[in-house]
Amino acid sequence: MSEKFNIDSLADLARIRLKKEEKAKLTNDLSKILGYVEALGQLNLEGIEPTTHVAKLENVFRADEVKPALVREEVLKHSPHREGNFFKVPKVIDQA
Amino acid sequence: MTNPEPLTIQAAARFIQGSSEKARTVAEALKKRVDQLDKSINAYIQFQLPKTFEIKQGPLAGVPISVKDNLCTHGWETTCGSKVLKGFIPPYDATVIRKLKEAGAVIVGKCNMDEFAFGSSNESSAFGPVKNPWDLTRVPGGSSGGSAAAVSSGEAIAALGSDTGGSIRQPASFCSVVGLKPTYGRVSRYGLVAFGSSLDQIGPITKTVEDAALLLQVMAGHDPLDSTSAQEPVPHYTEKLSKQVNGLKIGLAKEHFAAGLDPDVEKAIRQAAKTYQDLGAKIVDISLPHSRFAVHVYYIVATAEASSNLGRYDGVRYGLRVPSSNLTEMYIDTRDQGFGAEAKRRILLGTFVLSAGYYDAYYLRGLKARTFFRRDFEEAFKQVDVILTPTAPTPPFKLGEKTGDPLAMYLSDLYTIPANLAGNPAISIPGGFTNRDLPIGIQLIGKPFDEATLLSTAYAFEQATDFHKKKPRI
Repeated sequence: MSEKFNIDSLADLARIRLKKEEKAKLTNDLSKILGYVEALGQLNLEGIEPTTHVAKLENVFRADEVKPALVREEVLKHSPHREGNFFKVPKVIDQA
Repeated sequence: MTNPEPLTIQAAARFIQGSSEKARTVAEALKKRVDQLDKSINAYIQFQLPKTFEIKQGPLAGVPISVKDNLCTHGWETTCGSKVLKGFIPPYDATVIRKLKEAGAVIVGKCNMDEFAFGSSNESSAFGPVKNPWDLTRVPGGSSGGSAAAVSSGEAIAALGSDTGGSIRQPASFCSVVGLKPTYGRVSRYGLVAFGSSLDQIGPITKTVEDAALLLQVMAGHDPLDSTSAQEPVPHYTEKLSKQVNGLKIGLAKEHFAAGLDPDVEKAIRQAAKTYQDLGAKIVDISLPHSRFAVHVYYIVATAEASSNLGRYDGVRYGLRVPSSNLTEMYIDTRDQGFGAEAKRRILLGTFVLSAGYYDAYYLRGLKARTFFRRDFEEAFKQVDVILTPTAPTPPFKLGEKTGDPLAMYLSDLYTIPANLAGNPAISIPGGFTNRDLPIGIQLIGKPFDEATLLSTAYAFEQATDFHKKKPRI
């Protein structure tokens, strides 16, 4: 199974950094778990509809009304880094 | 009022009688017990009494309630058992918290849990493992391990948990308390930190079935803030509670007695069937042919949803931020230091099953196989009113016993997962003990939105047995 996934590119997709010892352990764990779920191959799934959700709902709409929402100051108060009414983040664009 | 251990919601409400002074007496007795016991049990991430006791009148007037720490509490840190949410103080209450408060409850504690509810033993918490009050060398189950241990040890009158694959019922079984997972959509998920959004439900963990009915009553119903909450009418659960099971058809599935089931647990289930028979119920043999694939489907569907839901922890808006010179590095460093091993494992697994090239072979296949679980229940419920199963395949296991082997850990949810995959309500109630006094729970699964029958069936068993009266020696 392990040849199926590249742990580094998976970690990259998930924005996770793995230490060397974590990498070996997780590769092994994931191989085992994916090997285990292979057993689903025994089921004949032809013509079976996928179930994404068990709520018997179609689109749920509400009236388009203006209502009070969360208080801005409370939302921003506990943010790790703010400037005025904004969340501040490190530089996004590298200057070449 | 010196020992809150045997105190149920009903008993506490009778004692308090809407008096703020008496509410304080109960809460202070509870605090004393927490101060005494929690160093060894670790059921709480935070426990705190309000500064003033001006209680609201209602069915829960003045009753202290503890909640799992993945429920947003306005102005009160909500960590989800994770370092990545350290310092997250929600600017709002979850709908269930608002409803509890409106019914008069006093929220007193945030219970320990597996990180992001990822676990079956409470060992993945960033705040240390919870110990089982029945045997401190054993796990309390998970992921609502703190809630179940607190109720079982008398460190809580009652608590809320959440259940994605068994996280209310399995710890209830391990700690000999009552744990109810309502039908998907019965209770609003607004303000519950999301794990698997198509599976998650909030539910009560209590000392008695009556208390579970009472808490469900307070929490159930449609909420415009959760568009998946159902428009179904909410019956009067406490009034409808009845010991009468005469003529009720209870199903036993042959697939549930396969290899891996502990003999003591099997004995308890057979004995429970006998008890129901003596009470006038009819035991019917049924088949749930896809049962053995529950864990397979779950670890595709639940990890896929989790990897997507946990994408939001990026250090930008709340919780932990690890400073860095550029944005991508900030995301990666924050997630590296914020997430524990099990969270990383599930995020990676979910990322894989959703990734280009593997989506069809894993995620889509999992979704199709999930359909069988709905069908199996639909077929079974043509023949029976309720299904009786083990809650967990074993009594509580030792701390550390399964931490090295994630698959072995995942298999402890084998019997609880199907109700999440299909959306049905299910409850675990005390069903016996091993000869070493380790708790064994029995699970009852009901028809969608028929919590009333489920609760009455549970109540009949509880009233006919003494298992719920036995308390751990601590």
